[in-house]
Amino acid sequence: MSNNYDVIVIGGGSVGVPTALFLTLEGQKVLVVESKSAVGQGQNKAAIGGVRATHSDTAKILICRESLRIFSEWEETYGHNIGWKKGGYCFPVYRSREENILKSLLPIQKSHRLNIDWQDANGIKEIIPGIRPEGLIGGTFSPDDGQVSSLLAIDAMFRVSKDRGCTYRFREKVLEFLIERGRVKGIKSEKDTYYAPVIVNAAGAGAMQVGKLAGLDIPVTTDSHEAGISAPVEQFLGPLVVDLRPGPEGKTSNFYFAQNHKGSIIFCYTPSKLFIGTNREPTSEFLPILARRMVSLLPRLKNMLIRRVWRGLYPMTPDGLPICDCVREVEGLYLAVGMCGQGFMMGPGVGRNIMNLILHGTPLVALNIFNTLSFYRDFYSSKKEVLK
Amino acid sequence: MGRIEKHPILSIPKRRDISFTFNGKKLTAKEGEVISSALLAHGINVFSSHPYDGAPQGLYCANGQCAHCMVIANGLPVKACMTMVSTGMTVQSCDGNPRIPADDTVPEMINMRTIKTPFLIIGGGPAGLSAAIELAKFGVQGILVDDKHTLGGKLCLQTHNFFGSRSGCYAGTRGIDIARLLEEELKKYGRDLVDVWLNSPALGVFSDGKVGVIKKGEYILVKPEILLVATGAREKTLAFPGCDLPGVYGAGAFQTLVNRDLVRPAERLFICGGGNVGLISGYHALQAGIDVVGLVEALPKCGGYKVHLDKLRRLGVPVYTSHTILRVDGKDQVETVSICGIDDRFRRIPGSEKIFRADTLLIAVGLSPINEIYTKAKEYGIKVFASGDAEEIAEASAAMFSGRIQARKMVREIGKPCIIPEEWNEITATLRSKPGTEIEMNIRTLPGKVYPVIRCIQEIPCDPCTKVCPNFTIKVKEGILTGQPSFVGDACLGCAQCVLSCPALAIVLVDERYDTGHKRALLTLPIELADHTIGVGEEVTTVGLCGQRIGTGRVIAFRNAVSQDRCRLMLLDVPFENRLQVAGIEVREATVSTSGNSFLTEEEVVICRCERVTKHEIVELIRSGYRDMNQIKAVLRTGMGACGGKTCTELILGLFREEGVDLRDVTLPVHRLPETEVPLGVFAGLKK
Repeated sequence: MSNNYDVIVIGGGSVGVPTALFLTLEGQKVLVVESKSAVGQGQNKAAIGGVRATHSDTAKILICRESLRIFSEWEETYGHNIGWKKGGYCFPVYRSREENILKSLLPIQKSHRLNIDWQDANGIKEIIPGIRPEGLIGGTFSPDDGQVSSLLAIDAMFRVSKDRGCTYRFREKVLEFLIERGRVKGIKSEKDTYYAPVIVNAAGAGAMQVGKLAGLDIPVTTDSHEAGISAPVEQFLGPLVVDLRPGPEGKTSNFYFAQNHKGSIIFCYTPSKLFIGTNREPTSEFLPILARRMVSLLPRLKNMLIRRVWRGLYPMTPDGLPICDCVREVEGLYLAVGMCGQGFMMGPGVGRNIMNLILHGTPLVALNIFNTLSFYRDFYSSKKEVLK
Repeated sequence: MGRIEKHPILSIPKRRDISFTFNGKKLTAKEGEVISSALLAHGINVFSSHPYDGAPQGLYCANGQCAHCMVIANGLPVKACMTMVSTGMTVQSCDGNPRIPADDTVPEMINMRTIKTPFLIIGGGPAGLSAAIELAKFGVQGILVDDKHTLGGKLCLQTHNFFGSRSGCYAGTRGIDIARLLEEELKKYGRDLVDVWLNSPALGVFSDGKVGVIKKGEYILVKPEILLVATGAREKTLAFPGCDLPGVYGAGAFQTLVNRDLVRPAERLFICGGGNVGLISGYHALQAGIDVVGLVEALPKCGGYKVHLDKLRRLGVPVYTSHTILRVDGKDQVETVSICGIDDRFRRIPGSEKIFRADTLLIAVGLSPINEIYTKAKEYGIKVFASGDAEEIAEASAAMFSGRIQARKMVREIGKPCIIPEEWNEITATLRSKPGTEIEMNIRTLPGKVYPVIRCIQEIPCDPCTKVCPNFTIKVKEGILTGQPSFVGDACLGCAQCVLSCPALAIVLVDERYDTGHKRALLTLPIELADHTIGVGEEVTTVGLCGQRIGTGRVIAFRNAVSQDRCRLMLLDVPFENRLQVAGIEVREATVSTSGNSFLTEEEVVICRCERVTKHEIVELIRSGYRDMNQIKAVLRTGMGACGGKTCTELILGLFREEGVDLRDVTLPVHRLPETEVPLGVFAGLKK
């Protein structure tokens, strides 16, 4: 078997697999090299599964709109149920601070014709039955957003790409880039050497290490977030709910939860003081803190049986925006990294744009917008993403 | 079906009747009884239907580990096996996903407590209790938690006399009584030192060294200096068509129903597995008045103690070695069990099928340590020890010693000097050893006198008979625990203490003085069956060591024993020439089986019971190259259910093996907290 490919994708996760899929669908001979023993065994399986286009950054809005299109049409196109639930996103608001932030974002969101609106308290009460009414001002609701099972989606994309000829190599860590006269030629893994004129770094939480092998210093650091899931119950909650308020316990900056397609409540919070590093072991404070916040917001959740907890990594960039670019120093090397904890929802959109960039020299979204995700931007001057 | 009203060993407590409803029907439960037992006592063994495919759901683990017994009690989804019936409780089937009540009152929440302690023992079974006693003897303070309402762990389900060393671990005493003795001992030494939390499941250990415990409904974090994991074992299982029908249980569930809850869940029981657990469960069933229609063992020989096997065979239970369960059939519950012979490579032998009418199948095919908390704690760098089955699967007698040894290691760790007697390690190793080879039986008669015939013909660690003889006339070879005991005296008092003390009921007293004409002999046999089974004056069929028919005998009298309660002595008149052959009497009639061709074509076998994943689906992924069990879990949800893969993980590994995959290429599933499902409100500090 020849070890020559058109494209090598490093990383079989939320970004790597769709990127490989879309390149394969365009007739490219693609190899995915993954250090773990299967697709989706990094942060993909830790994802909550929320997918929304209603961001505050234009590039992310456009990329996620593409992701939403792909996810929502997947079953019709390919036949696999990937757990798509079009339940929307809802940000209930109890303080003017969050009201102001969310209302300030509506113009840009609406300018991209996103289906989002401000709801008064009664509207929110209808959207989230049982929500604590005291002090509820209102909130935003975007009914076209939704949720997807990250586990089923990556498997479906893996299968389709494989069926169309994409090759996967598991349990192979990349050890070296083969670079000749400033051009990538291939990679050396723990087991073999593979050749391709194009290589995509889609290594998620391992993107920095992979970057170093090519002499690049990618400004991505990881921090960890805990999540959990309940036993399933009859559907009672449509949207993914985000409470942007910091917690009274002083440890959470926001939290969110949703009822997935199976009926389970899946939940997560953003710690106010980030857990920097790659530790993925559970802490004892997660459940008590988040349980209190969830029960305080939606009391009927108190009877949900909690089944499992886990912890995943956010590969963060300094400004909270991903890095999607082709590298100037090493020709043929592309970056699709630093998804800041949104790799799953951005994956298909990023994959399609990177595919177009590789094959046609230009992304799908307008170049000036795509360039805001450049590897060469000033990561410290631009304003931070408001809704992470 | 129904309740056990008479039991040769267990006393039937008087409990208040309380009324409740199931699907609108008015029923009665006994006070303090869990929902599942109350339903089974009324012959209801289908509780609900599975939300995916409507498959009937009932009791399975009886241990709060799975969710097959989920019902809606007073509006909330609960595990029927862990929830006590309360007066007027409304219980309903859980068909489809449960609906959570639209209860929107904001509850009062209390602050979570973190408790620091020198030691924490998880599990109050033989290992945990023994460790706690030992620690208390050294004056060390700590906490012992257990998820059950009483201490003793699985000892509370063991009605039989234990093997082992009489001085070291209560050999010759019933498991249920050992539990109480250990509890008394803990009270004596640990009254002011060991805080016992009952009804308090441990949810797991976190990376910060804290152990989450639900103490009677309150979530508490316990931070021990040293942790001892004495969580016991979980049962392995088998997959075959019909394995998911209500009426297929593990031995633990069956013993819980029969020996703890005094419920008779079956009329006709079939057993799969000839290890000690399967053999003993068969004996327990017969004692509870449940017929045991047969037992299969895949290997050519049963792995349990021969004395347990013989005890069962003497009572008339047919044992089929080199056989396996083919399938179980029935509408909504077990109606027939089909078995077939297998060759030395475990391939089924066509034409060897047998079908039995049975309503319950008990699976006892081995145990695996519950060591997830231990493994994680080690990974997190916490000072941790494991004892009992969590350390290594063995008898409860070994667990007691291992608990003591680990406790002393903990004492040392705390900085107090203490020695671990070398003989403790030796005896633990002996108690953990597999039964040895069979030895020829050596009968020594005293013509014209009374003497014991000891049918102990396999090296097992056991010594009560040598300790109870007032004249010390029974000795083991070289004085070792596993040695064969023999009668060495010139005279026997005929007191029958040895007969009563033998856990295997393998000693018979032969009295040749009974008839000096040497036409008849009087035998004294131990009997542990309910009064009404056999009557005085009745003619009975006598059987030999392994249950082979010898002839007939006549029951002369029964004697109650003072020294060993609940074991009675039966005086049996037999022909003189049979006196050395008779080892027991036949109690049940031979089982009728029909042969028939049960080899059906490809059929759905449920591997993951929680998520209803079939063998076919898993094999398809294995064949298409999936080697990571986490990936299989992601796609098919195997292990995502309530039990967290405790049942299906080993079965899936078996499928990999069947498909010829080298297990070194298989990635094992990641284990996640919590060990059991808990309402979110408990974590929130909901005030009751």
